[in-house]
Amino acid sequence: MTGAYLDHAATTPMSPAALAAFVAEAQRPGNASSLHAAGRAARRVVEESREQVAAALGARPSEVIFTSGGTESDNLALKGIFWGRRAQDTRRTRVLVSAVEHHAVLDPAFWLAGHAGAEITLLPVDADGVLDLDALRAELTAHADEIALVSVMWANNEVGTVQPVRDVVRLAHQHGVPVHTDAVQAVGQIDVDFAASGVDALTVTGHKLGGPLGVGALLARRELPLEAVLHGGGQERGVRSGTLDVPAIRAFAVAVTEAVAHRAERAAHLAALRDSLIEGVHAVAPGAVLRGPDPAVAPEQRLPGNAHFTFPGAEGDSLLYLLDSAGVEASTGSACQAGVPQPSHVLLALGVPEGEARGALRFTLGVTSTPDDVDRLLAALPAVVTRAQAAGLVSRGIA
Amino acid sequence: MRVLAAMSGGVDSAVAAALAVEAGHDVVGVHMALSRNRDQFRTGSRGCCSIEDAGDARRAADVLGIPYYVWDLSERFEDTVVADFLSEYEAGRTPNPCVRCNEHIKFEALLDKATALGFDAVATGHYARIVDGPGGRELHRSPNTDKDQSYVLAVMGPERLARAIFPLGSFASKAEVRAEAAARGLAVSAKPDSYDICFVADGDTRGFLRERLGSRPGEVVDVDGTVVGEHDGAYAYTVGQRKGLGLGRPAADGRPRYVLDVQTATNTVVVGPAELLTVDRIEGDKATWLVDDAETTLDDVEIQVRAHGAPVPARAHVRGTTVEVELTGTPLRGVAAGQSLVVYRGTRVLGQATVTRAWRAAPAGVTA
Repeated sequence: MTGAYLDHAATTPMSPAALAAFVAEAQRPGNASSLHAAGRAARRVVEESREQVAAALGARPSEVIFTSGGTESDNLALKGIFWGRRAQDTRRTRVLVSAVEHHAVLDPAFWLAGHAGAEITLLPVDADGVLDLDALRAELTAHADEIALVSVMWANNEVGTVQPVRDVVRLAHQHGVPVHTDAVQAVGQIDVDFAASGVDALTVTGHKLGGPLGVGALLARRELPLEAVLHGGGQERGVRSGTLDVPAIRAFAVAVTEAVAHRAERAAHLAALRDSLIEGVHAVAPGAVLRGPDPAVAPEQRLPGNAHFTFPGAEGDSLLYLLDSAGVEASTGSACQAGVPQPSHVLLALGVPEGEARGALRFTLGVTSTPDDVDRLLAALPAVVTRAQAAGLVSRGIA
Repeated sequence: MRVLAAMSGGVDSAVAAALAVEAGHDVVGVHMALSRNRDQFRTGSRGCCSIEDAGDARRAADVLGIPYYVWDLSERFEDTVVADFLSEYEAGRTPNPCVRCNEHIKFEALLDKATALGFDAVATGHYARIVDGPGGRELHRSPNTDKDQSYVLAVMGPERLARAIFPLGSFASKAEVRAEAAARGLAVSAKPDSYDICFVADGDTRGFLRERLGSRPGEVVDVDGTVVGEHDGAYAYTVGQRKGLGLGRPAADGRPRYVLDVQTATNTVVVGPAELLTVDRIEGDKATWLVDDAETTLDDVEIQVRAHGAPVPARAHVRGTTVEVELTGTPLRGVAAGQSLVVYRGTRVLGQATVTRAWRAAPAGVTA
C-alpha cells in the first residue's frame, strides 16, 4: 500500500491526459521560433495551447505569457510592473503586498527594495488571514501617485484563505494602480476569471493542477507596462525570452483546461473530504487548532482542498517525521532556511504566537485524494501528536 | 531497531549511517544545525556546520534511501557548548568544546529527542568501540590510533552509552572508511577531514574570544614578577602555550618561555621556562565513570589529558566526584585546568573528569 499523499498544495500528480500530451509532444522535434515546417508545427501547438489557457481562465490569447512557473511569473510581475510603472513616472516606487504572500512575491519585492529603491508596505491580515481592506484603502489614499503596484494572492498556500481580490482591484483602480495576483493555489479549486476579476496580472502554474513541473504563465493585460526580466530571443512579445518548451506548454494547457472544466464537481468532492478531515482531526486530537477561515462558518473563504492546524507543544518537523513513518505525507506549510524549519511568516501575520506557529501541519487534498487517505491520517494522528509533544518537552528542556 | 544517524555531512557519519542501514536497522538521517546565523560558521568542506555540509548530508541520505531531517539545536549549542567555552576561557581554563558537544548536544539534546520520538539508538561516525563486557557495555579505543575519539566520548554516562552505536568502531584506518564510502557511491568519500573548532571561523580562537569577551589589556610577567610584555586579555592564553606571546625582550638565559599560569583575577599571564610546566599530580572534578563500583583507588591505569595526547601510567584515587591522579611513570608538561582527564585501563575507558589543578610533587631540579 502506498502512502496517503496529503500535500497537493506542494505539487499534484500529473493527470493522465496531460502526461499523454507531454509524451506525444516530446517525441516531435521543433523550435517554435523556427520558420521551417517543424518550427511551424511547434508554433501551432504553442498557439493552440495559448488559446486554450486563455479560454479556460477568461483571458485573451495575447495576454498569456508562458513562463517556467509560479516563481518566475511572480518575479516577472513584481519586477516587470515596478520597472514599467516607474519608467512612466519616477515617483512610483511603492509596492504594496499582503503580509501572507508566498516568498516568490515577498522576496522579489524586498529585492526591489534593496536594489531598485522600492519601498515595501506589508498589508496586514486578520486572524483568518483575510486582507485588511481598510489598510489598503488608507495606503492608496495617502500615496496613490507613488504606488507602482499592489500584489495580493488569490488564495493562500498555507492556510487556504481566499482573498477579496475584486475589492482589492476596485480600490486600486480607483487610484489608477494596477493589481497582480498569485493564483497558483486557486486555479482549479475555485472560479478564477481573469477578465471578470479585473486584475492586471495573474500568476498560474502547471504542477499545482495536474500539469507538469517547470511551466506556467503570467496573464497580463496588453496595456500594462511590463519590463522584461529575461532578455534574449524576444519570445513571448519580448517580455520573456527563451526557447518555448513545447511539450510542457501543451501538457500545461491540457491540465488547465481539464482542471477548469471539472472544477465544480472536484471542488465539491474536495470540500466534503476536507470537512471530514477537519472534523476527524478535532475528534482524535482535541488540542489541535484550525488555522485560517472555518469552512463551517465561511466556506467560500477557504480553498476546498486545504486544512491547516497547529498542535500545541509539538514541533512541526517532529509531526512530519512521525506521520511520514506512518505513511502519511503532509507539510508544515512553511519554508526552511538551509533545512532549518522556521516559524511561518503567514501564521505570525495571523497573530499566532511563535511557539504555536512551530507546531503547524498543512493537509492539502487533490483530485486523487480518497476517504482512505483521510482515514489513514486519523488512525496515525493520536499517537503521532502524543509522541511529538513528548519530544517537544525534551527539546524545550522541560522533561 | 529504529536508529537515528547523526549526519554531519562528512564521510565518517555518512559511512556510519550506511553501515547502520546495512545492519538491518530502520534508519533516519538527522543533520544538526548548530548556528542560527549559518554564514558565521566556516563554509566549504572543513567544518561540520555549513550549508554545504547540510547539503552533503542530505545527498548522502538520498543515496542511502533514508529520510533526512535537519534539527535546529542552535540555541542549545549556544547556551551550552559556546557559553561554556567562553566562561571557561574567561576563568583562565582551557575547555574542550568537542567534549561538551558530546555531553550536551549529541548524547543529550539529540539523543533525548530521538528517544522521545521512538528511536532506540543514535548512530554517529565516531572512532571508538563499544564492547559487550561481563559487566555491561564498555567503551574502548578505536584500533585506529590516529583517529581514536574515545577521549571526547568518555563523558557519556552508562545510560547514554547504552543508546549509542559507533559503526566505525572497528575500522583501523580512515582510508578504509573512504573506500567504503566510494564503494557505496557516496560523493563525500574524498571530502577533506575537519579540524579545529567548528564555531570558530578561520580557526582563530584568540580572535573569536576577543570578539565575544572584549579587549582587556594587562601584563605578562616572569616568575619573579618582572613585567616582560603586554597582552590583550589573559583569557586568551593557555598553560603550556609558547607561540604568540609577543614578548618584547628575550629571557635572560635566552631560552624559550611558556605560559605557566593564567591569573584572571588580576588579568595577568605568568611565563617561564619549560621545566616549570612539568607535573606529576593532577586533580579533577565532575568525574563520571563507565565502570560499576569505581574503586576508591584505581591502580595500573593510564591517563590522557589531550584529545591526541599520549596516555601515561598512573594511579587514580576516586573521592566522590573528584579524582586525584598520581603519575607513576613519565610526568606530563603543560596540563591546564579545564582540560578533560580520561582514565583508561588498556583500551578501555574507565571514566573522566575535568582538570582543576596540576602540580609537581616529586622533587625536581627547579620547584615552582
